[in-house]
Amino acid sequence: MHDMRFTIPPQDINKEHFAEEVADFNRKSALMQTDRGYKCRITNIVDLTGQEKLFQLRIVNPEERRLFTFLPGQFLMLEVPGYGQIPISISSSTNNQEFIELCIRRAGRVTSALFQAGEGAMVAIRGPFGSSFPMHEMSGSNVILVAGGLGIAPLRAPLYWINEHRDRYRNVHLLYGTKEPSQMLFTYQFEEWKKVNHIDLHTIVEEPGPQWEGRTGMITELLQDIDIDADNTYAIVCGPPVMFKFVCNRLEREGIPMNRMFVSLERRMHCGMGKCCRCMVGTTFTCVDGPVFDYWSVMNLQEAI
Amino acid sequence: MIYKVISKEEFSRFVDALIRENCSYGPREVDTDRHGNPVYQFRRVHSADEVAFDYTATHSSAKHLMLPYREELSRFRFSEGDWEQDIEYRVKPRLLVGLRPCDISALNILDDVLLNGKFPSPYYLAQRKNTFIIGMDHLPLPDCFCQSLNHHTVTKGFNLFCSDIGDSYYLSVNSSKALTYLKNFAIGDPTHEDDCRLIERRKLIKQSFQTEVEVTGLPSFLDIEFDSPIWQKWGDKCLNCGTCAMVCPTCYCYDTSERIDTDLEGASRQKQLYSCNLVDFAEVAGGHNFRPGNGDRLKYRYYHHYRGFAENANQQICVGCNRCGRACLADINPKDVINDLRMEKESCMICVSPSPPRT
Repeated sequence: MHDMRFTIPPQDINKEHFAEEVADFNRKSALMQTDRGYKCRITNIVDLTGQEKLFQLRIVNPEERRLFTFLPGQFLMLEVPGYGQIPISISSSTNNQEFIELCIRRAGRVTSALFQAGEGAMVAIRGPFGSSFPMHEMSGSNVILVAGGLGIAPLRAPLYWINEHRDRYRNVHLLYGTKEPSQMLFTYQFEEWKKVNHIDLHTIVEEPGPQWEGRTGMITELLQDIDIDADNTYAIVCGPPVMFKFVCNRLEREGIPMNRMFVSLERRMHCGMGKCCRCMVGTTFTCVDGPVFDYWSVMNLQEAI
Repeated sequence: MIYKVISKEEFSRFVDALIRENCSYGPREVDTDRHGNPVYQFRRVHSADEVAFDYTATHSSAKHLMLPYREELSRFRFSEGDWEQDIEYRVKPRLLVGLRPCDISALNILDDVLLNGKFPSPYYLAQRKNTFIIGMDHLPLPDCFCQSLNHHTVTKGFNLFCSDIGDSYYLSVNSSKALTYLKNFAIGDPTHEDDCRLIERRKLIKQSFQTEVEVTGLPSFLDIEFDSPIWQKWGDKCLNCGTCAMVCPTCYCYDTSERIDTDLEGASRQKQLYSCNLVDFAEVAGGHNFRPGNGDRLKYRYYHHYRGFAENANQQICVGCNRCGRACLADINPKDVINDLRMEKESCMICVSPSPPRT
């Protein structure tokens, strides 16, 4: 015996008016589903070192390709169907609508699967997520970019930005350190950056091999090589957590205010949207409030570095 | 909000009619614990007789009906080097009967977290919008401390709320749907006497709290005590089992995983609830763990509950139900941890600046 008077009517969130609240999730697109990604084809794979590869992705749908824009420092969630999603910072130019470049180190389950994939494989991306480096605020100033190891990957987007708007910035220094010479990434671009874009590039390694003729030591030593105009300089620091403290303390001693130093943090992430809490540092979500923070905010976040 | 009064017999007829017609969940006695006390959980019910209206507290919270332990986020269908992604939100309408004020408050907090901001969760929205909630007040258990956090009463987030005023219920009707259903039964407008009995009832509930946790100014306490040895002390006791997060009505952290179907034709992307006390919670690829110690993780949990969320959403995420304290295998409960922290701080303050002598 059914009494239909007491049946609760279903509410389909795909159809009803409150679906619009959900629709602004991606800010620009009509994507309603927070878990739906843009489908991408891997168009090119560059072997950088034994551990790292540069993947070039092209969004399949032209409309989605047009909608996907990002700012230097932002990251995306890369989906390898059947294996999982990982947060990867974008290392290509913000101007490049044709393809997206991701510099990826083989480290876990998803990246291992990705390293087996060849050109033409289909993956997906969600995003872009997170905060960005304040490139407009930096214009008219000197910029010091400090990268340690894989930290060059997130710095490539601001570097492209600077190169494309080179007249807006004064002296630009790129200090890059790795453990061994063989781990140095993007060496094929060094000459271009130096000669065409007038970037003052310094490299250093901790453990030099027989072929190495450059400097040896910690990355902080490179700071002695450059003249720092503390009143008019911004710094972007990216690398392993232990590096932040040494480099930023050193820069602070040179007189650069804490709010002009920017770091990019990395944490475990499962959503990119401030929902899974895995990337939380104290009170702050690395995915929504970060990954780019000024050094003052990071200093105030206990446990951050 | 409209207020009505319904006799207890008429109320059970009303609930029975709703339960029989819908997919319903309510508190049921599912087992007895080692002391012989009944164990209650929110389970499927098929008639009003199955609902234990006078239950004490369920071991798990009602969170799982909104945030299942394991939930499929999307599916992939593979075909010839390509794939398609399918996402489904459709949820059947459900009736949830017998929720306590703190449980409803917990859902309101989850609404704040999961439906506000830049990225509202459609999975949660679908479940929440399709749930009809009937709340009921109760006398607190000896270890409940929801009054300290102001969650012993609730004013939103339900369709209907019943306060026990002797032989009848004082109803707070919070949706037109609920009123439409009620109109088929004998309901009356509250008399002056009913109002007085409601006030008496509220007073009684208020006076029945035996546990109090002082949370005023706790966020700044937690900040100052970040390096306190207290965390190590409690961390040494913690077994990293994650039980506290599973029974907590507001813990929502999760983990995602993907697995390929055995026929290799598709894959499923799932999320499961996680706990910040589990060892690999903040471990990144490459093996670095941002919170390697028991104490670090325990501290983080307290931070998120009493400090972090207070900053982000201007309220503490804990509702004071003490489910984590009851479920903990190592006898850790928020009351003791917070009191310990305060005591240490306050005894410190005394040694630095002794209070002026009484005259």
